[in-house]
Amino acid sequence: MTQNGEIAIRTEDVRRHYAMGASTIPAVDGISLEMRAGEFVALLGSSGSGKSTLLNLIAGLDRPTAGAILVQGRDLAQMDSEELARYRRHTVGMVFQSFNLIPTMTLEENVELPARFAEVDRAERKELVRASLARVGLSARVTHRPSEMSGGEQQRAALARALVNKPSILLADEPTGNLDSKTGTEILNLIRECNDALRMTVVMVTHERALAEKYAARMIFLSDGKLAGNGGPR
Amino acid sequence: MKIQDLLELAGRNLRESKLRNSLTTLGIGVGVASLVAMLSLGVGLQELASNRLTRSGLFDQIAVYSRPEFRGFRSGEGGDRENPNRGRDLRPLDKAARLEIEKLPNVVEVYPEIRFTSEVRFGEKSQFTYVGGLTPSAKASDAFEKMQGTFFTSPNAEEVILQTRFAKTLADKPEDLLGHDVTLRYAERQALSSGASGGGSPAKKADAAGDSGGEGFSVVRRERNVRVVGIIETEPFGGMRSFGRGGIFIPLNLAEKLAPMGSSSSVRELLRTSASATTFQTLMVRMASPTHVMAAEKAIEDMGFSTFSIMEAMRNLRRFFAVLDLFLGIFGSVALAVASLGIINTLVMSVLERRREIGIMKALGASDRDVRRLFFAEAGSMGLLGGLLGVALGWVIGKAINFGTNIYLARQEFPPEKIWSVPWWLVAGAIGFAVLVSLAAGLYPASRAAKLDPVKALRYE
Repeated sequence: MTQNGEIAIRTEDVRRHYAMGASTIPAVDGISLEMRAGEFVALLGSSGSGKSTLLNLIAGLDRPTAGAILVQGRDLAQMDSEELARYRRHTVGMVFQSFNLIPTMTLEENVELPARFAEVDRAERKELVRASLARVGLSARVTHRPSEMSGGEQQRAALARALVNKPSILLADEPTGNLDSKTGTEILNLIRECNDALRMTVVMVTHERALAEKYAARMIFLSDGKLAGNGGPR
Repeated sequence: MKIQDLLELAGRNLRESKLRNSLTTLGIGVGVASLVAMLSLGVGLQELASNRLTRSGLFDQIAVYSRPEFRGFRSGEGGDRENPNRGRDLRPLDKAARLEIEKLPNVVEVYPEIRFTSEVRFGEKSQFTYVGGLTPSAKASDAFEKMQGTFFTSPNAEEVILQTRFAKTLADKPEDLLGHDVTLRYAERQALSSGASGGGSPAKKADAAGDSGGEGFSVVRRERNVRVVGIIETEPFGGMRSFGRGGIFIPLNLAEKLAPMGSSSSVRELLRTSASATTFQTLMVRMASPTHVMAAEKAIEDMGFSTFSIMEAMRNLRRFFAVLDLFLGIFGSVALAVASLGIINTLVMSVLERRREIGIMKALGASDRDVRRLFFAEAGSMGLLGGLLGVALGWVIGKAINFGTNIYLARQEFPPEKIWSVPWWLVAGAIGFAVLVSLAAGLYPASRAAKLDPVKALRYE
């Protein structure tokens, strides 16, 4: 576990290029940056600026074409797929714009899923799920399916799922993108609470500067896959 | 992911698409049922043939003879370079040899093959025929399945069982003979040293210089009344010379007690053996099962006797059924092969439909291996359920066909038969095979699911 203030994430000249026929699209093109443990960082930029691609690289969902991504001292680019899966299970939790809950599962089953992958014992798993749902205020909805919940509740459920394995890094990709402003604010309050109470490093992709300014400790701007600005501490 | 969680998730996923997965499972079930049906028919026919032949006594018996000596009555006399027994005494097939053979492993019984000529009288009618000795174990023979009357009441009973054909020569209605006595008139062999006295008058005397070292024997005519207890259509098996061996049968113990002149026409055989010592022309050895015949034959030959069995024919029969089972299995497997295409189709569709779900699982920490195992578990579960269903279906089909066959046999006045057999190994094998085929069918879809790029999968709508 990284101590507060230490470097939690460092990218070194990270590139992610996609081949599109004969041409190459540089989605992320030589980004180097650092994020400290316990920091709330917002990645901002217009559509296609590369912020989601960078988040996916930090999440270990995608691999860089070149460069290094060091998380807690380990380079994700050098990990094999099994190690990356272990990293995603134990080190990071993810929240998506479209919630990405599995529609055929109940809320409890959705939240329990990462703990199943982490091979947590059944009794302990139940306790983790209970605590996680209590944190987002959904203890009464355990048997409900996603289709029976509002957008805000679904996103809270997704947050509970991201927190269940107690990761040290929370990655949120446009978490308020599908929510009205009131519900969006509720979600961001919950994320900030995790950041404050659990000392989690939070990296949030958003295109809403106002929200970023309100909640993030630092804003990083991307444009055409390159670093366009680093807001520094608020 | 732990196995229990894997199976739970697989079960959940299968329940989500009930209709499609049920149809796929039913497809596997039909495939397995076809396989089970074909193979159980093959196994049933093999068991039927095997049981029939075993009950006939053809395959679990060994005939034992003393070795012939062609160059003279005494062993070692004359020269025969190719005879392995040249120069050593030929062993007599006597009581000691019988006891020694009885001690061999898996030997059920050893008995002499007794057949002699006798005149049979009933009232005014009289006929000559061969009389055969039967052991109590002969009761299991097919010949007694539809017998009129009963088998011998005891191994020493003074009773006789007639063949219908012979019985008809004594009475117009053979069943009228049941419970009546018939008289046997036969020739008894008596050693001269024990005195040729008795109820009958000497008909012939002979001296012979054989192995007995100058002993002689006389042939005395005897009569004995025996009660008719049974009438049979066909002759029971009881020896290697047994086809047409007798028109009537008496208990073997009684036949031995009568000490009749053998039916052998070999005068040399008669002269070779002692008149006072009991030697046998042929001993029949019945084994616990046909599989023990070869080992026993070798052991008996090592004792210095010649043997004969029909084991080779049984081996050929087994070879035939092995080939039959192979072909039936191949035909049965065709349906299972078609069902496996159904599994591939179902799982490939499932991978396409659950692309986003696979992406989510990977984002939450599922490894490629977890995803692959999940699809394998789903394929294996369908295979297992299909296998169980197929075995049950195959069993029901088998029962139905057996039922129908027995109705037909009953109409033809045949006893019921079990032509359908589903042994435990077939049940286990069919279920195991269904799971294996399903897992093989799941290889491609599982590998495809495992290789999905999570970023692309998450974008999939």
